[in-house]
Order: sequence, then C-alpha cells, then structure tokens
Amino acid sequence: MASASSEPTAPGRYVSPTVAQSVKILVVGAFGVGKTTLIGSVSEIPPLRTEETMTTAGVGIDPAAGIDGKTTTTVAMDFGRITVSPDIVLYLFGTPGQRRFWDLWEGLAEGAVGVLVLVDTRRLEDSFEVLDQLELRTSMPFAVAVNKFPDAPRHATEPLREALDLLPDTPIVMCDARSRDSSARALITLVEHALKFSNSSKALT
Amino acid sequence: MDELRDDFPDHPVRPYVWTSGRAHPSRNTIRPETLLAVDPDLPFPVSSTRQQRELLDMCRGVLSLAEAAAHLHLPVSLVLVLASDLVDSGHLSIRSALPQFARPDRDLLEKVLNGLRKL
Repeated sequence: MASASSEPTAPGRYVSPTVAQSVKILVVGAFGVGKTTLIGSVSEIPPLRTEETMTTAGVGIDPAAGIDGKTTTTVAMDFGRITVSPDIVLYLFGTPGQRRFWDLWEGLAEGAVGVLVLVDTRRLEDSFEVLDQLELRTSMPFAVAVNKFPDAPRHATEPLREALDLLPDTPIVMCDARSRDSSARALITLVEHALKFSNSSKALT
Repeated sequence: MDELRDDFPDHPVRPYVWTSGRAHPSRNTIRPETLLAVDPDLPFPVSSTRQQRELLDMCRGVLSLAEAAAHLHLPVSLVLVLASDLVDSGHLSIRSALPQFARPDRDLLEKVLNGLRKL
C-alpha cells in the first residue's frame, strides 16, 4: 500500500533496533580529495549531507570578501554508516580539513575512534594545515590515506612520510577511494593504530 | 506600497526562529552520532512546532541525530536544539550509550575492527 507520507520511508534507512552503541571516525581532507567517494564505497546507506552556515572573518583567504571583512560560508559534512556488529554502528563523518570546520558540528571530534586524513599527492600542501592541527592541537590517533588518482604521481611511502613531515609511527596507507575493499583497509589501518595508541596512552598513566 | 516589498536585510535567520532564537541545546549529551528514537506510545507534545513534529515523525525508527538532520534538510546544530527539548520533555529517547568524552575503550575498538574486517 502506498504511504500517505510525502517522504516515504526508504528501506534500510533506520538503524537496526538491536544497536545500542554508536562510534565514529572522522574522514578529513581538502575539497575534492575523495572523502565522499571513500565514505560512499563502504557505507551501507547512500552518503548523506548536512550543511552549516558559518560567518568567518576574512583572514587573507578570500580577497573578494565584503568590506566588513566577514563572509558567510556554507560548510557541508557528508557522512555514511556501517553496522559493524548487531549492537554497534559506526559513522563516518567527512568534513573539510581545517579544525575550525570540525568545530562547527558540536561534539564531532569528541569521543571519536580517530581521524583518517585523505591526501592527494597532486596537492600535498593542501594537507599540511590539517596534519599540523592533528599533531599540535589534538590527541586523537590518525592515519594518512593517500587516494590514488589515476593521473597523480606515485610515491613510495617513506618519501611521502618525509614530504608530509609525519611522525615515524603515523600509518600511511595507499588507497583507492572508489574501492570498498581498499577503503575498508584504510579504516582498518586507522582502528589498528587507535588500538596501539590506547595501549601506549594506558602505559603512560 | 512598494516599500512593503522590501527584502528586510535584518531579518533573523529563519531556522533559529524555530528554536525561539536559541542556538545552543538544553543538554550536551547529544552528538551527531547519538542514536534517537521516539516513544511510539506517547502523543506528540501539544505545543510542538512543525519542525519538532517532523523530527518526531522521522525518529519512528532508530536514527542518529546527523541522519535525522540530513533527511529533514536542516542543519545539525538546529536539530540538536530541537532534539534536546524533546529529550527533556520525554518524547524522544537516547538509544545509544551516553557519549564518552574519552576515546572508545579497547573492547569497543576491537569490536569495530572485527566488524570492518568482515566487510
């Protein structure tokens, strides 16, 4: 029977009623680096999008900003969902790299498993800011996933680690964001790192 | 009568009229990934706004706050305010364990890892 609702309930929209816990991983990276592609290739629901409006002081970023130096920007977050066990659901929140953007979504970083930083070797410099933020301003475990664009230069892992100035224990994984297996492997690398991280932070206390 | 068609440049941002001008929620236990569900036996609150009713209607099954916001085409920050009020009034319940400020513990990380390996 046809639903009377203007927006019929899509099958699979809802989380299984057995789920009692939700966890999240942040997928961050510059615009166009493939965050939504990666999320879409592992998510059990088509990626969803929400937007927030932010007013930013134009700090030398946008010369076209108004005379008052303020500009209103819409920032989008794309996300997906994986039911990893009958009682746990994992959300993948894709947000632009800079810390000021993830602060937009209240509590987004708090309690996260970690951060997967997606990098494009054609624009390595785009990832410097987010990596600085993660290393200097947070204590979250993170891993770097290099999205293999067909025309992008191929690098070995070690020169990349040097170019990105990563710490020796930060994992780097090559990935094809279009592939479910490859994207899942990048997430697995991050969670394995988060596990080691939780061991070492325990050892310190 | 032309002045009447002015597009008032100072108008309040409309979504925040729906929250009575509030940009901050009444509680801080709801995050984008927090799972919400409506109590199906409880009637909608008498004084609810259309947005609150739409949110309750959306949460007939279990959904995260972020998903509800995306399906309703509303910002997460706004739905957070709406949802907090409805949790306070008992119409909406939080279905996931209360958020941790710390990172997930080993046990939870291992379960997530096993789930991802089975993908």
